[in-house]
Amino acid sequence: MKNNEDFFDDSFEILDESLIDYSDREERDIESEEVRQNPKKQSEIKRTPKKKNFNRFILNQTILFTILFLGMIGYLVYFEYKDADEVINNNYNKRQTILDKSVYRGEIRASNGEVLAKSITNEDGSKSRIYPYGDLFAHAVGYNCNGKAGLELAANFKLLTSNAGLLLQIKDDLFGNQHPGDSVITTLDVNLQQSAYSAIGNNKGAIIAIDPATGKILTMVSKPDFDPNTIESDWDYIVSEEGNTCLLNRATNGLYPPGSTFKVFTLLEYIHEHPGDYSNYSFDCSGTLTRGEYSIDCYNRNVHGHESLIDSFAYSCNSSFANIGLTLDMTQYKHLCKDLLFNSNLPFSMTYAKSDFELNEKSSTFEIMQTVIGQGKTQVTPLHLSLIASAVANNGVLMRPYMIDHVENVDGRTVKQYESEKAKTLFSAEEAKTLSEFMGAVVSYGTGTKLQSSEYDAYGKTGTAQFDSSDNSHSLFMGYAENGTKKLAICVVMEDMPAGSTWAVPAAREVFDTYFAS
Amino acid sequence: MTAILTAMAKYALILLIVFYTYCSFMVLRGNKVNSNPAALRLQSAIMYMIHFIAYTIIFINVKEKKIIVLYLAQVLYFSITKGIFLLTYRKKISKALLNNMYMLLCIGFIALTRLSYENAYKQFIIVTATTIICFFIPVLIKILKNIPYLTWLYCIAGIVMLGVVLVMGRITYGAKISINVGFFAFQPSEFVKILYVLFLAAFLSKSQSFKRIVISGVFAGMHVIILVFSSDLGSALIFFVVYVAMLYVATGQLLWVGCGFAGGTVASLIAYRLFSHVRIRVLAFRDPWSVIDNEGYQVAQSLFAIGTGGWLGMGLYKGLPTSIPVVTQDFIFSAIAEELGGFFAISLILICLSTFLIYIKIAMLHPGLFYKLVAFGMAVTYTVQTVLTIGGAIKFIPSTGVTLPLVSYGGSSVLCTLITFAIIQGICISIPSQPEKTKPEDEEDYDDEE
Repeated sequence: MKNNEDFFDDSFEILDESLIDYSDREERDIESEEVRQNPKKQSEIKRTPKKKNFNRFILNQTILFTILFLGMIGYLVYFEYKDADEVINNNYNKRQTILDKSVYRGEIRASNGEVLAKSITNEDGSKSRIYPYGDLFAHAVGYNCNGKAGLELAANFKLLTSNAGLLLQIKDDLFGNQHPGDSVITTLDVNLQQSAYSAIGNNKGAIIAIDPATGKILTMVSKPDFDPNTIESDWDYIVSEEGNTCLLNRATNGLYPPGSTFKVFTLLEYIHEHPGDYSNYSFDCSGTLTRGEYSIDCYNRNVHGHESLIDSFAYSCNSSFANIGLTLDMTQYKHLCKDLLFNSNLPFSMTYAKSDFELNEKSSTFEIMQTVIGQGKTQVTPLHLSLIASAVANNGVLMRPYMIDHVENVDGRTVKQYESEKAKTLFSAEEAKTLSEFMGAVVSYGTGTKLQSSEYDAYGKTGTAQFDSSDNSHSLFMGYAENGTKKLAICVVMEDMPAGSTWAVPAAREVFDTYFAS
Repeated sequence: MTAILTAMAKYALILLIVFYTYCSFMVLRGNKVNSNPAALRLQSAIMYMIHFIAYTIIFINVKEKKIIVLYLAQVLYFSITKGIFLLTYRKKISKALLNNMYMLLCIGFIALTRLSYENAYKQFIIVTATTIICFFIPVLIKILKNIPYLTWLYCIAGIVMLGVVLVMGRITYGAKISINVGFFAFQPSEFVKILYVLFLAAFLSKSQSFKRIVISGVFAGMHVIILVFSSDLGSALIFFVVYVAMLYVATGQLLWVGCGFAGGTVASLIAYRLFSHVRIRVLAFRDPWSVIDNEGYQVAQSLFAIGTGGWLGMGLYKGLPTSIPVVTQDFIFSAIAEELGGFFAISLILICLSTFLIYIKIAMLHPGLFYKLVAFGMAVTYTVQTVLTIGGAIKFIPSTGVTLPLVSYGGSSVLCTLITFAIIQGICISIPSQPEKTKPEDEEDYDDEE
């Protein structure tokens, strides 16, 4: 070995000389004429005046590559810290079966702590999921079998994650117990949910109510529903029965023609196009409007007579709005609807259906006349309408709607708190104020007078949406109520019930009354 | 009992790897090759501890004798080959680089054994055989004086090998990257990575005239274009970045870097339009969730693995890393992150970074431009490959289907990476004992900056 080392040391001198001065060697085919004739000269030039600091060039790039590495680490940290929770909560993530074995599924609770769903161990050691409120929260809370739905789906991995203390986890490991899963505390209000549930009664439909200032979803009811306690055994029957739609959450996934509630959008477009003089608009309603071979009737062919823009809105005059619609710039109108969340994603992390608006520059006169009053091909979800109402109530700012307030570990320590955040500014504050004036007129003398109350001021728009050719229609209401800073935005849809003012408005009133009484 | 042991092992492994990582930066300090003997010894000890703990857990879960056999064989491999390296080359080789090499191999063995015993076994055989070859490489680098002058041999051999793949290549995951040599699917592009760096170093170290730069660009471009036509875009990208980086060191002119990146941007846009599998990778990168059934499946599964593992990991055998397609090669990082945890994964990235910095340190300590360029070129090759693999797995960049050096399964990859490490050791032992008189100002320069 000694010899070996000596050998290396001896060779250094020779080696280094030859390595440093490559330029002394010629590469005849490529080196320039000058260099070939005088190799010494080139090496001198290289060594003295143009001597390059190669290490500096190496160092510069080393810094760059190091930054790249650190950037990558930063991204990974960000992912683990911020995105991972949302990302892993996906049906394609097969790891839930693993977690299911090692974690005892956590509870889902209402905002005041009432347990909406919990797991229990049966005498034979098997586990069951219990829903103390039965079908009251069927769609909001969902179910934990057959693909899952509602919060059971949306918060699946949160419920299957244990943030119990390290000692407890080690103890559970030792004794072979399952780790206690975290609990999800929702924004849902049991009282309000009950009032909405009874307001719909045995009809089909949906009610969704949101706190406009925070985006908290306080109530979400959809009928018909199911009993989540027995869903597993009822499943085969439900899916085999023709026309049984009790698994559909109509509040988020039900697509309805908006009916006259859509006049909010048409109104806003008209105001955009006539910013200074929209209050000068007037129209003489004869109960029907005819353009060429097409005509649009007012509800029940009511004759509204001479009316201003605000009257047309308050009385929900179809003739007047069809008249307005034909003057609108279709390109701008389409953009407005896109900005107001049609044909686009809603800022909502749970499942929902996308609303659809299909008017464009090539649309026929009849299509336009139909669409501007909320008929035609337009389809909207109750969630979407409630968001529009919520933005009007919140000075034009839409807060991101959410149902999970925070996540707690088994000891009640908050693991993750969800803060309300701004999703998008839908209207300017001025527009929001104008819209609320128009929506206020609906309540003070228009189609929504049943909402007049001493407890609160209500604003809104009713809708009667025809869904077939034989005048059968859904009853809709979108709007909000306020008392000081306390506000509630709502959307009510009752299927196959005539006239928004007769059915949806009283239902909204029940919810408002409950909310403002407390 | 199994559960508690697995849980304890999980924390122990994290603590040990974090400590190792700390040491791997400690040993970088100073301007000597081996400057911190205590930290170096500690690194070695930690490696054996991690190896032991992980294989204990693997054995508890699998309960097969062959695990113990493989473990003991690996311990013998580590201790004997390391002993031979240290005895043969005495104090001259970089022990920090040697430690990192064994640590990365060790992490690779653990991950592969957990994922697939067959792969781990095959990998171990290849690693052992290659290491025996590698004993001779440093001394060859030191005594073969004509290594810097075989410019055209490197270039032509490289282009011919890539050309053969293009013609006879077997399709693998959308790219022609390998040829079958009996049972072994050989990937010449891995081997050409070494030849390519040697070629560029030899060519650019002699003179940096405009004419030579243009010629170097033409030949480097030929490599890249053949790779592009073989649809091996990950390697094409590595070759491209290596060229620009080495050109900058040789010339010191940012203009070339600018030209390079402008050309690279145009080339990527053309590749995006031309190749459907590039578009698929980009699509899967931008929004894997919308195409989760097909294009985005792999990336999504990788993110599920990393995300579900969280900071502390699920523990060995407690996760589901096999749900990621091609997990032992392109996505081994995700498997490690899932079961050993985010802290472990970040430590792994930092160990890769420290490996890169050791390469760079050797490049800066060596006075000869050729060897400087070789060491630097190989450092960049290593780094780009690492960033492409890990970045692809965590969705930092689109996934390009390259392997994580020394950790991923892949005969050609691990073979060529070990040879690269040996070449760097060869350069390291040929650093003169005393710095030349004309050089000290350079050294002070970078010491200040560090």
